[in-house]
Amino acid sequence: MDFNFTEEQEMVRDGLSRLVRESYDMETRRSVVASESGWRPEIWAQLAELGILGMPFSEEDGGFGGGPVDAMVVMEEFGKGLVVEPFVPTVVCAGGFFKHAGTAAQKEEHIGGIVSGERTYAFAYAEPRGRYDLADLETTAKKDGSGYVLNGHKAVVIGAPWASHLVVTARTAGDRRDAQGISVFVVDKNAAGVVTRDYPTVDGRRASEVYFENASIPAEALIGEEGAGLPLIERVTDEAIAAQCAEACGAMKVAHAMTVEYSRQRKQFGVPIGKFQVLQHRMVDMYTEYEQALSMTYLATLKLDESERERKLAASAAKVRVGQAAHHIGQDAIQIHGGNGMTDEYAIGHYFKRLTIFDSEFGNIDHHMKRHIALSNG
Amino acid sequence: MNLEFSPDEMAFRDEVRAFIAENYPKDISPDGLRDDLDPEDMVAWHKILGKKGWSVPAWPVEYGGTGWTPTQRYIWSEENARVNAIMPLPFGVSMVGPVIYTFGNEAQKEQHLPGIRSGDVWWCQGYSEPGAGSDLASLKTTAVRDGDHYVINGQKTWTTLAQHADWGFFLCRTDPDAAKPQEGISFILVDMKTPGVEVRPIKLIDGGYEVNETWLTDVRVPVENLVGEENKGWTYAKFLLAHERSGIAGVARSKRGVERLREIAKSELLDGAPLMSDFDFARKVSQLEIDLSALEITELRTLAGEQAGKGPGPESSILKIKGTEIQQRLTELTLEAVGHYGTPYYHGMADMGSNEYPIGPDYAQHSAATYFNMRKTSIYGGSNEIQRNIITKMILGL
Repeated sequence: MDFNFTEEQEMVRDGLSRLVRESYDMETRRSVVASESGWRPEIWAQLAELGILGMPFSEEDGGFGGGPVDAMVVMEEFGKGLVVEPFVPTVVCAGGFFKHAGTAAQKEEHIGGIVSGERTYAFAYAEPRGRYDLADLETTAKKDGSGYVLNGHKAVVIGAPWASHLVVTARTAGDRRDAQGISVFVVDKNAAGVVTRDYPTVDGRRASEVYFENASIPAEALIGEEGAGLPLIERVTDEAIAAQCAEACGAMKVAHAMTVEYSRQRKQFGVPIGKFQVLQHRMVDMYTEYEQALSMTYLATLKLDESERERKLAASAAKVRVGQAAHHIGQDAIQIHGGNGMTDEYAIGHYFKRLTIFDSEFGNIDHHMKRHIALSNG
Repeated sequence: MNLEFSPDEMAFRDEVRAFIAENYPKDISPDGLRDDLDPEDMVAWHKILGKKGWSVPAWPVEYGGTGWTPTQRYIWSEENARVNAIMPLPFGVSMVGPVIYTFGNEAQKEQHLPGIRSGDVWWCQGYSEPGAGSDLASLKTTAVRDGDHYVINGQKTWTTLAQHADWGFFLCRTDPDAAKPQEGISFILVDMKTPGVEVRPIKLIDGGYEVNETWLTDVRVPVENLVGEENKGWTYAKFLLAHERSGIAGVARSKRGVERLREIAKSELLDGAPLMSDFDFARKVSQLEIDLSALEITELRTLAGEQAGKGPGPESSILKIKGTEIQQRLTELTLEAVGHYGTPYYHGMADMGSNEYPIGPDYAQHSAATYFNMRKTSIYGGSNEIQRNIITKMILGL
């Protein structure tokens, strides 16, 4: 049993913490979010240069031999600064698919492109009628010669406006919601028949509705085995959950610290409001929630390479617990900030918004509670 | 970072598991209430462990500790929880023992530590008073110096299992004129057979007698029984409370409780199907289990910190709050699970002299009493509100 970080991990944490502090202050983030592109490719290039984008890949695959704990460290720091750049869609999701199931050629092309920072990806898994069921797919990929033809509509694809490529889940056989017959493809976003409608999200990122209209894709676009993609999708999704739990922990830590600090400054009835026990205890409960969320993030991260059942139980438990903590801390942070917490000017509202949307990504509290119950009773 | 036990730790686990299987007394009912037990049963395991040299694992080796790492101690408590073992009472082992070996003199160590280790001497705690609960420093019991003796007068309350106690440790006011209420308190050991000590039982809402009022009237105690310095008792009391909180999370025991709850909910029926397959109920159990996982990892993180040389700090207040909340929710859900058979008053039947065959399933028998009893956990050991005050001050810095 060991809860220590390696020296390299501490160095990465320090480096990212400095980067976020120095070039990702609230004012900068605000202007980037409002800019036309909505992100900073130069930060992405810097992350590639620092080796952050290659960290979770093996040296064999062209990375730096890290693992889930490294991704956790990165995402915690990104969460503290509400970094919008697409580390989870690109490195954790797309990177995860290629790492686990890519052919040698796919690894070389795609992992190489991720590590160098030349390529960014988005993970198109959600659909308008599928809610959080990863198998509830109406998007189809029909065999056509040696390749496939894609048709369908993918919902709220985070980071798609910035992506050069999309990783897409689609049905190659079976009926809607069947566990079998699901396949994963990598698609060039500029391919004919790929139509996107881009928009900003409430938490400062960018997303797209993605429509496939008879988009022809080559046989080499298939990742893993045709029709047997669901276990792979579940695995990568659990990895994304662990990473986003870490991001939420970073954001919660800052939201809590900001709130405590605000309660020291803000005076009412002639004293700092932090002197009121009713507020002190609420801030203690926020702190306790954060600590429990961090523990669950560790658990989910450290179970990613265990048996499928253990991995799923831990990921779902973490998504439930961190989701609850995120709502609790976000809401109480606004309450304790009072009217100022409602303004766009104060940073806390932006943390609240990110912590709110966290819940609905990769399955919300109710969804993961159901999965936890099914696994526990099964 | 990893969650695995090392090969050495796995070997240790096998060793203690085998020892427990071989030596834990078979005739002590595992799921009963504590005060249904004979006092001998309550200390039976303590005495066995005393002979083995495992009764005070957390103590320094020179005073009889095992030298186990925090992880080994965690494994030890897990393994005991698996068989629901009745562990040594905390008053000697986790409370007065550490105070004596840390602040006591050689004579006190020689006189008292062996009896605590062996389980031969039963200790109780004289802290709270009718007017001094969360505001412990307002205590009024006085100890007045008279030659070679202190003369103690006052009333203590919530003295747990004092009806069986041989010795007690008491907080008494020795300087009524001190500038602050915390100053002027002393930590004094009292032989419970001393004339003037009177223990009166308090009946609790669960029907049991586990706490008492302790009246002290002109109790003459030799000055040698003062621990540390006169008027410095508050320091020792705080030290003791921090020790009391570590391990208070009760994770291992709650894990076993959840298993038991799942078993009960598989036997109970709702609409003809096991209660455990009802979504509303299963959701509550899963939430409890998830919260318990979070607490477990939090406790392991604290242990890892201790292993790295950071003593039990204010983080232990989090363990106390979350641990007791979970214990309470667990007993509440267990009562909910048994349905109708939470209602019969088993203590009352015993009081009326009934020794007939019990009513309802065995697992239902103590569910209400245990639920009622466990409400104490968020009140004792520094109430959960006091714990929040500690975190406010020590961690948030407000």
